[in-house]
Amino acid sequence: MMLSGWGNFPRLDCRVAAMRGVEDIRAVLDEAPLIARGNGRSYGDAALQPHLTLLSRHLDRFLAFDPANGRLTCEAGVRLETILEVFVPRGWFPPVTPGTKFVTVGGMIASDVHGKNHHVAGSFGRHVESMRVMVADGRILECSRQEHADLFAATIGGMGLTGIILSASFRLLPIQSAWIRQETIRATTLEETLEAFEESADWTYTVSWIDCLQGGKCQGRSLLTRGEHAMPDELPAEVASQPLQPRRKRLKRVPMDFPSWALNSWSVRAFNALYYGAAPKTAAPRIVDYDSFFYPLDAILEWNRIYGRHGFTQYQCVLPKQAGREGLRRLLNTIQKTGSGSFLAVLKLFGKQDDLMSFPMEGYTLALDFPLRGPTLGLLLELDAIVADHGGRLYLAKDARSTPHMFRKGYPGVERFQEIRAHYGARGKMQSLQAERLDL
Amino acid sequence: MTASVAGKDPVLVLGAMSDIGRAIAQAYAAEGHPLHLAARHPERLETEAEDIRIRHNVAVATHAFDVLDLEGHGPFLDGLDPAPSVVVCVVGLLGDQQRSVEDPAAAELVMRTNYIGPSLILEAAAKRLERRGQGVLIGVSSVAGDRGRGSNYVYGSAKAGFTAYLSGLRARLCKSGLRVITVKPGFVDTRMTEGMDLPKRLTAQPEEVAKAVIAAHRQGRDVIYVRPIWRMIMTAIRVLPEPVFKRVKI
Repeated sequence: MMLSGWGNFPRLDCRVAAMRGVEDIRAVLDEAPLIARGNGRSYGDAALQPHLTLLSRHLDRFLAFDPANGRLTCEAGVRLETILEVFVPRGWFPPVTPGTKFVTVGGMIASDVHGKNHHVAGSFGRHVESMRVMVADGRILECSRQEHADLFAATIGGMGLTGIILSASFRLLPIQSAWIRQETIRATTLEETLEAFEESADWTYTVSWIDCLQGGKCQGRSLLTRGEHAMPDELPAEVASQPLQPRRKRLKRVPMDFPSWALNSWSVRAFNALYYGAAPKTAAPRIVDYDSFFYPLDAILEWNRIYGRHGFTQYQCVLPKQAGREGLRRLLNTIQKTGSGSFLAVLKLFGKQDDLMSFPMEGYTLALDFPLRGPTLGLLLELDAIVADHGGRLYLAKDARSTPHMFRKGYPGVERFQEIRAHYGARGKMQSLQAERLDL
Repeated sequence: MTASVAGKDPVLVLGAMSDIGRAIAQAYAAEGHPLHLAARHPERLETEAEDIRIRHNVAVATHAFDVLDLEGHGPFLDGLDPAPSVVVCVVGLLGDQQRSVEDPAAAELVMRTNYIGPSLILEAAAKRLERRGQGVLIGVSSVAGDRGRGSNYVYGSAKAGFTAYLSGLRARLCKSGLRVITVKPGFVDTRMTEGMDLPKRLTAQPEEVAKAVIAAHRQGRDVIYVRPIWRMIMTAIRVLPEPVFKRVKI
């Protein structure tokens, strides 16, 4: 079966098998190297193994829910979308959510995803209380911060390379409404943008969209969005009677691959100018539904097709806070110089790192999409050098092309990670294309 | 069972561990129907049941049921409380055509699992529903039963028998207030078809089958194809004259 990540690059023929239960997985375990795949929303080659890719679509049962404390136990293939559908109307929300709801619980753990609340809530793994992991010899290990703590810590952010995540327990967050009180701040320079983050540290959710085609004194101009779960008395009258009923929207679908010339520095510049210009000048609070706040792109199915059939790559790095300001300037200079900006350039201030292989560390993260063309790869290498210089690292869930050297430099936990993998027999067995590329 | 939604008919799903059975159970539960799930291995069914309870907050009971145990059909149905007024039979076995041709025992198992068992359990359920004067019987048959093809006629003939049985049952019951629905899914992306190279346009997801079943139930349909294109394909296949059809490799 032809498979790729969300970036449509690389794309290759993989032998697949569906996981419906433990027996199905044990039956193919001998045929390693293999990797488990969730909903295929990591961008690069993390959920690909031509030899054998295990699909978790049918491993999608809720196993237990305790309404007293919000603890949910479910199988790894359960999608975040389903969790929202079932639990938002009952007053519960995921403790951490990435920018798409079309991800699985297994994928969220393996990538240790973060959201707009990273500075207060950490990444998803922080909220996981326990997991059941099948290791390479077929044993199923119950692991947590107390039990098989090494396996637990390495599996969070471990990109599926320690074993197959079967199920997990985590606590949902109580909410009073399905709505978010949102404010938008216009920042005209990078300084203002970073200040706005400091000033918004008490907000649960913060993120900024940054216009990376601007140079000179407008460099780093951005729209910072901050939000809180709205209380019922803040809601407009027409929805206040059913505060937990989310708004149902029609989904649109990108009907075809766009030709590769459709995205160029002019169309992106025009988009950015309109987007920036359309934002209100003052921070007036608005009430928006959770889908619009957290998952604006999910409303456009298959939006990755606007990058054409050659695919695209998302570049997401994090720079430690002290060196961050200087590093961000250098990154923005380089991007602006080449003129290959993207619609989606996102900047956020992270809190502290949670686990051994977690991507987030205290500092600034910048995420950009680039269509895959020859010059892009050269630009990315330049960006890599800046990130490495400032002690930063790249997000494996988005990566399709970085080098083993860059990876090892950015993730000092890798030696310990490899020891733990060896201890549980995972090396050479639980192995994605990405792991092979990164020499893991 | 407790806490069933007032006014919602209890639904019995036979073959509830299959992908289509699971999807149909989920779809009825989403509409608030209390469920009886039945399959050969009830210990595995408990996980399905808990999943449905958490998602949809309906009462779900699980039962051991073997469609081949004809003697057991009556006692099984009589033991269900509350008695179901909707019965969906998803039981089936594709088997392997080559093996079925070589080994009569294998062929017999395919025939019993797709024709005799499903027909007789629905007959037994019909008798019980008739006493109450209302109910819906839903049989998941197959497009393979529309005409015997060289490549899978053992399975196809059994499904043909089941389709004919459902048709007759519907005719017999039509004055009694009971309804019978025949479902012909076409290709479905399930465990049964895993590893087959199926054309995407002709292949439904289990959730689509479930949606079509619920729609047919609500709209009072008799026979449905899940994807409309299958009605055209099978009409074309049915009208081919036998001298031509026998030479077509399908």
